[in-house]
This record gives sequence, C-alpha cells and structure tokens, in this order.
Amino acid sequence: MRHFFTLFKHELRLLLINPSTYIAAVLFLSLMGFIYWAILRDMVNTPSETIPTVQFFSVFWIPVLFVVPLLTMRSIAGERNSGTLDTLMTTPTSFMAVTLSKFSGAYVYYMLLWGLTLGFPLITQKLYPHAAESGVLLEYAPLAGSFLFLAISGILFISIGIFSSSVTRSQVVAGMLSFTTLFIVIIGGQQISNIADTGSGLSSLMLTTVNYLQIFEHLDDFSRGIIDTRPFFYYSSTGLLLLGLSSLINEAKS
Amino acid sequence: MTSKKKETSLSICVKDLTRQYGALTAINKVNFSVKFGEVVGFLGPNGAGKSTTMRILSGTMSATSGSAWINGICVAQNPRKVKRKVGYMPENNPLPVDMRVVEYLRFRARLKEVPKSKLNDCVQRVMETCDLARTARRKIIGTLSKGFRQRVGIADALLGDPEIIIMDEPTIGLDPHQIQGIRKLIDNLRGKHTVILSSHILPEIERSCDRVIIINRGRIVAAGSGHDLRQEFLPGNRFSLIIEGTASCVTSCLSESGFDTVILESTRLSNDKLELILRVDNGDAQGLRLIQVLSGHNTFTLHSLAPFEPTLEEIFLAATKRSWEETLENKPKISA
Repeated sequence: MRHFFTLFKHELRLLLINPSTYIAAVLFLSLMGFIYWAILRDMVNTPSETIPTVQFFSVFWIPVLFVVPLLTMRSIAGERNSGTLDTLMTTPTSFMAVTLSKFSGAYVYYMLLWGLTLGFPLITQKLYPHAAESGVLLEYAPLAGSFLFLAISGILFISIGIFSSSVTRSQVVAGMLSFTTLFIVIIGGQQISNIADTGSGLSSLMLTTVNYLQIFEHLDDFSRGIIDTRPFFYYSSTGLLLLGLSSLINEAKS
Repeated sequence: MTSKKKETSLSICVKDLTRQYGALTAINKVNFSVKFGEVVGFLGPNGAGKSTTMRILSGTMSATSGSAWINGICVAQNPRKVKRKVGYMPENNPLPVDMRVVEYLRFRARLKEVPKSKLNDCVQRVMETCDLARTARRKIIGTLSKGFRQRVGIADALLGDPEIIIMDEPTIGLDPHQIQGIRKLIDNLRGKHTVILSSHILPEIERSCDRVIIINRGRIVAAGSGHDLRQEFLPGNRFSLIIEGTASCVTSCLSESGFDTVILESTRLSNDKLELILRVDNGDAQGLRLIQVLSGHNTFTLHSLAPFEPTLEEIFLAATKRSWEETLENKPKISA
C-alpha cells in the first residue's frame, strides 16, 4: 500500500488534465443548477413546508445515475484495454493500491462536484437577499446531514462503478453495467419497499432487510439530522467488499 | 553483492517453467539460465511463448508449474521483490497518451521506489541515455512517433537502475537509425546489467546478443552463441563461388580431390556466370585449398570464392523446422 499516495496523486493529475472531467462538471452543474432553479420557482408558486435544500438533495439519484458511470467507466476498463494497467503492474505496486487509488480519485471528484452545488444557495442569497432572510436557503443542519449522506452513499456508488469497470475491457459495457446496477440499488430498493408496503406477505425479517436497504429512507433520516450507524455500516462494508472483489478480479485477469 | 560475485552468479534461472491458458500450453517445461552481464536474445515465431516467458520472469504473470529465480529470489513467492530488480518493457509498449514524457517517467520512478533525492537525476539520466532529454522531454506521449515511444518504454525499463532488463520487441517499428541507437544502448548495458530481449529482426539479435535462445511451440529448441548454433544446426563449411561453367563440373572436380560437397543454392548471374553456395562437409576444408583445386581446372573458370556464414535467420529456420519435425514424429498416429 506504500504506493497508494503516488497512484492517488497520479489519478488526480489525470482528472485535472482530462477534458472529459470538465465536460462532466459542466453537465453536472448545469443539470443541478436547473433542478435548483426549478425547485425555487416551484416554491414561489406553491409554498411548501419542505425546505429547498431537502428537496434538492432528494433528487440526488438523477446525477448519480449519469455521473458515477461517466467517472468510473474509464478507470480500470480503459486502462486494461489500452494495456497501461499491465505496464503499471510491472512496478512493485499491488492491485489493491491501484483499485483504491482509482476509487479515491473518482470519489474525491464526485464529492467536489457535490461541493460545488453549495454555490447555488450562496448565489441565490447574494442575488435575492430578501429570499434568504427566512434562513431556509442555508439551513446548516439539513445541509450537513445531506452532505454526510452523499459522502457515505458515495462510497457505495463509486465502488459499484469501479467494480463494473473491473469486470470488462469495454468502457461502454462498464458504463452500462454501472448504470444498471446503480438503478437497481437506488430505485429497485424503493420499488421493493413499495411492494412490501402493499402487504404482500413478506416476513418481518424481510421487511427489516428491505427497509435497511432503503436509500431514500437514509437520505430522509440524514437530512432531518438523524444519524444512524446502520447506513454507515451498509455503505462502507458493501463498498469495501466491492473494492476487494475488484482487486481480486484485476489480479485474476492479469 | 560484490562485483566479482555478481559476474559469476546466475541472474536468471528457469526450471521446468510451464504456463497454460485453458487447454493451450503456451510454454512447456522451459529450462534456461542467464549469467550476470549477459545479453540474451529470445527468438521464436509468433505465439512461440516468448512474451509469456518474459512476463513470468518480470513477475507480472504466474506460471502454472515450474519455477523461475531472479538473483536467487523465487518469482512466484516474491513477485514484488523481483519487480524491484527487473526493468520490464512489455510487448507493444503501452503508454498513457495524455501525459508528458518527463511527468510519466517521474511517476514511474516514484512507483519504482527511487529515493526522492535521486528522482530528478535518475529521470534525467535515463532520458539522456535514450536521447529523450533534448527532443521529447516535455512532449505529450500521444504526439510522439513510434520510435520515440519505444525510447520512452526503454527509458522506463532503465529507471531505478535494475539489475535485469527485459525488453519485449524493443526495436519493433523503428527505422534503421533508431535501431542502431538501440543497439548502441544495449552495448552500453552489456556487463553492467543482464539483458533479455526478443525481436523478429534476426540480424539485430545476432549483432546485439552474446547468446540466443530459440523457442518454438512453447519449447526451447536451441540455445547458445551464434557459432554454437551454426555448428549444431548447419554444420560444415560453406562457401560462395562465382564460376563460369556448370555446377556439375565443380562438384565432380571437388569429389575427385576428396571433398564431400553439397550444392545448397545455385543462381545464374548472367549467360555464362553462375553463383553457387557450397557446403563442404570435410571439417578441415580451407578456402585456400579449395582455390587451389578449383583454379587449376579447365572445364570451368573460378571468378571468386568467399566463405559463406549462415545467417541467424537460416539457423532459426533450421531449428524451428527440426522442432516441427520432432513434434510430427512424436504425434500419435490415428488409425483409420
């Protein structure tokens, strides 16, 4: 693991010099900016009890489904396809260090993108000071809770992307696999919960498990300031498991 | 390890090395050893198992069975230790296209655990050795020509001053000037590093290497210096003659004088001139003696006579042909 920081710095450097990084950032911020504007406009027309921050982060899955595959599909599949992964492994580094550095690079960038969305309420406050008087634009507790949720759920989402990139040589296949898996994890969990709610005879253990995997429930809890350790365990353990598997797959495929 | 000890020790020792890809056996019980400071050429047709052997030696691939030792360290048990001692340039030399040469080499030097204080000097030295310092230092790798990319790959293999350098097809795609440059580079490494390289350009191997290992269908079919291989696969003295007359006159003249000869090749140069490649199986056949015999005959006129050394290409063809024949002989016959 002594090469992790060298590889991590290399990943960040590659992100900085890659034009697709900036394209992804522009697309992400444009989309999220539009969503934020739409939420504010909606609130003006039909006042709501839910604050804009909570509404804004409740649509986290829209960018996640697109940005995570874009960020991670190239990481290992692209390197394997071009042969640079083999070149990398001619040095005394480990597959785990390589996998973790890829994950860390993508994760830092993912969090940076979300961090930039903090600019939206700040810009709104600057442009419309009277709208900020009530304090709903920058209410710190839901903001901190939502960011904490993004930070820990990001571990799982980025790990899914890295894992998808490890199993194939094709970046397109990696992207599609990542998108599908994320869709199943985020939306599928909610759908199963809906089915369970209709009372189709699921056992209590199954119901607990389904609720445990409810990502939207986790977001609700976090944005209301309820910090539960179970989601921490779920996201970090599944994420680490996927990263471990990715490392083993890379080793087996070399 | 002292330099004297190094000179006498084995840098590489391979015993019964086998690698299978499913049902396909890429290399089968390969055995060889390389002494410190030797430059060894790996020859073989496509799919012979050269790259597989090199990848196993560099610690980037595991063997199915058998063992490989680098400076006394078992590759299978300590691949990372081995990677510290080996500079490996893989086949096709994959490089990140969006990095600058100097940035890439610095990154590689860090991964190869070159101390921070020596990093810049080390990178500068390999760039100068590979003639990259002035011309391509800050160029983006993706914009470099094939020749320069190969140089970047070689510079990478030299980083950290490894004891063993393994290069898979280092001269592929290079022009003659660049090939000459690589040859000079390999000459400079002789004695200081153990070098293994593979190439399809046989004269290149012959000029650069102290020893050649020929591999075919996953087995070593020949190993030794150019002279040893000539003796083994193409025995007898060979001469190139230009005569005015017929080939039969030459053979009858020589057999009358007690020479056991075979005409290997006959080329008509003009209406009256003929070029012959002759193999004389008498071990003591000297050019001067042949000139004396052939020049005193009136049925033909000898214009020139020169010793003809078989090229490595001919040795390679003879060695691989023999291994094919052996394989066919050993194949179980299917009854009708």
